[in-house]
Amino acid sequence: MLVRRMLQTVSWAALAGTILPSCLFLTSHVGLDRMKTAMLAATIVWFAATPLWMHRKADQAQGT
Amino acid sequence: MSEEASSSAGGEFEREPVPREALLGFKSFVGMYAGEHCAGTELMIGPLFVAAGVSAFDVIVGLIVGNLLAVLSWMFLCAPIATRARLTLYYQLEKICGRNLVTLYNLANGVMFCFLAGAMITVSATAVGVWIEFPMPHLNDYYPNSVGWVLAVLGVGAIISIVAAYGYNMVARVANVAAPWMVLVFLAFGVVALGQFIAATDSQIRSPADLWHLATTHIWKGGEPLPGQVKFTLWHVMFFAWFCNMAMHVGMSDLTVFRFARKSWYGVATSAGMYVGHFMAWICAAMLFAYELHETHPDAYTADLLIEHGAGYDPSDRDALLASPMTAELIRQGMEIENRLVDEGKLDESDKRITTPTPLPGPLAYNACGIAGLLCVIIAGWTTANPTIYRAGLAFQAIMPNRSRFAVTLATGGLATVAGLFPAIAMKLLGFVALYGMVLMPMGAVVFIDFYFMRHIGLQNNYADKSGTSFNWAAGLTWFATLGACVALVLSGIEINGVKPFQIYFVSLPGWFVAAALYIVLSFLLQRKHLPNATPEPH
Repeated sequence: MLVRRMLQTVSWAALAGTILPSCLFLTSHVGLDRMKTAMLAATIVWFAATPLWMHRKADQAQGT
Repeated sequence: MSEEASSSAGGEFEREPVPREALLGFKSFVGMYAGEHCAGTELMIGPLFVAAGVSAFDVIVGLIVGNLLAVLSWMFLCAPIATRARLTLYYQLEKICGRNLVTLYNLANGVMFCFLAGAMITVSATAVGVWIEFPMPHLNDYYPNSVGWVLAVLGVGAIISIVAAYGYNMVARVANVAAPWMVLVFLAFGVVALGQFIAATDSQIRSPADLWHLATTHIWKGGEPLPGQVKFTLWHVMFFAWFCNMAMHVGMSDLTVFRFARKSWYGVATSAGMYVGHFMAWICAAMLFAYELHETHPDAYTADLLIEHGAGYDPSDRDALLASPMTAELIRQGMEIENRLVDEGKLDESDKRITTPTPLPGPLAYNACGIAGLLCVIIAGWTTANPTIYRAGLAFQAIMPNRSRFAVTLATGGLATVAGLFPAIAMKLLGFVALYGMVLMPMGAVVFIDFYFMRHIGLQNNYADKSGTSFNWAAGLTWFATLGACVALVLSGIEINGVKPFQIYFVSLPGWFVAAALYIVLSFLLQRKHLPNATPEPH
């Protein structure tokens, strides 16, 4: 349960990391290249962390 | 397979009403619609609005009202029938129309799904062009224009088809995982494009009024459309937003979805899809292409052509012309001059150099958000093309029940890939989507009239089921005659006070009433011999 919570927190942080760089670009706080790199990093984290918890509950339910 | 076996084997209640214990809560529908309507094709539709010369007011107000009408159509046309009958569209149609007419409907539905999946493959293939250089199709191209393009589409199409045939569930999982991330990347497209516009125009945004000024003067300027495109007004945007999912709400395809809803008001859940996918995503994607147009300037050849051949420009305008954003008017003027020079024998046809800027989702997304944007294009196209191919496969399999699902889905994917080779489907997506709704709309009118009115006017509802016919001619003729009338109206090009009221985008509205009236009249003619035996039943 704790691991699941932690993974979910990482996923939400990755989602924030997906949209925040563009907002910082809009307000001229980061350049386009740095924004693209940050979005890619957040994307990698999202796809690495989310599958670990998103379907776990459904799989367990199917297995029982 | 017997009816009982079919329903229990599938577990999907395909030939029986959904039982109470299988009903789903409101959240299930919100999630489903929000994810399903943030698709690869949104990356084409938004930019095509810009190519169609929409103004800011027309696009914003048109989308707000049009999407509202779409949600209301789900709430008041589709969901109430779904939650009372609790049958799939196919089974309900079979009871009304008979097995053979439903087979024909499945064929039409499957072919339309194939073309739609083809457009999604086209969108994904534009992402390949970012990594591997080859000539990409242009806005007004109908046929594939390079070997590289053909290979890219074949590669993407083959992967999508094989995955759809082998691992539909795996793709569905990827789609679920990707959905929230994809929505935010779409939003990021708009935020980045806005930032780029502000920087490029040196604008100061201190209030909503400043933002609106930027939108009206630089993003959606209105005016004439790009050459080869239909001019979109408020009415076009509104009707397009309303009817782009016409097959699902007015056409009743989503009876299959809402039969699981506890209440008919769950239809309001579709607003999640409409206002996320068909408002935010279209607007953000549109801004990407608007920025690309803003950053495209006439080259020296175009400027000299305009100055030297009587387009009303003076040589002293040259520098200003080279620095100005490319507009539809400049492109049209340049093309007209080139055509005139060709006619006069002063220019060879093959030497014409002015082309229309083309919205290519791959490069647009990559320029704005880098690899994350490109992944969004690929995943959005892939995850939505897969279920579309799968659904088309199911529709075809209903016609050929002895073929394996694997073989049918693979063949369907092949057909979609061939469709994807032709850029016309994606580049003319606005017209194709309107056509898709129009083709399936008459059967929605048949279901509506049959469910609500037939008993009250002394006619037999579910006529095929009651009479044992495999082809209800009243429904069949309603379908064909309505389509014939709609096509005739579109081709007639009737113009009233400079307005064409029967364009493909609008014609489905009168078409629905034509279908409803025809079905009543034709049913009366068909059933009059048997009227005394009609057995009206409460639903």
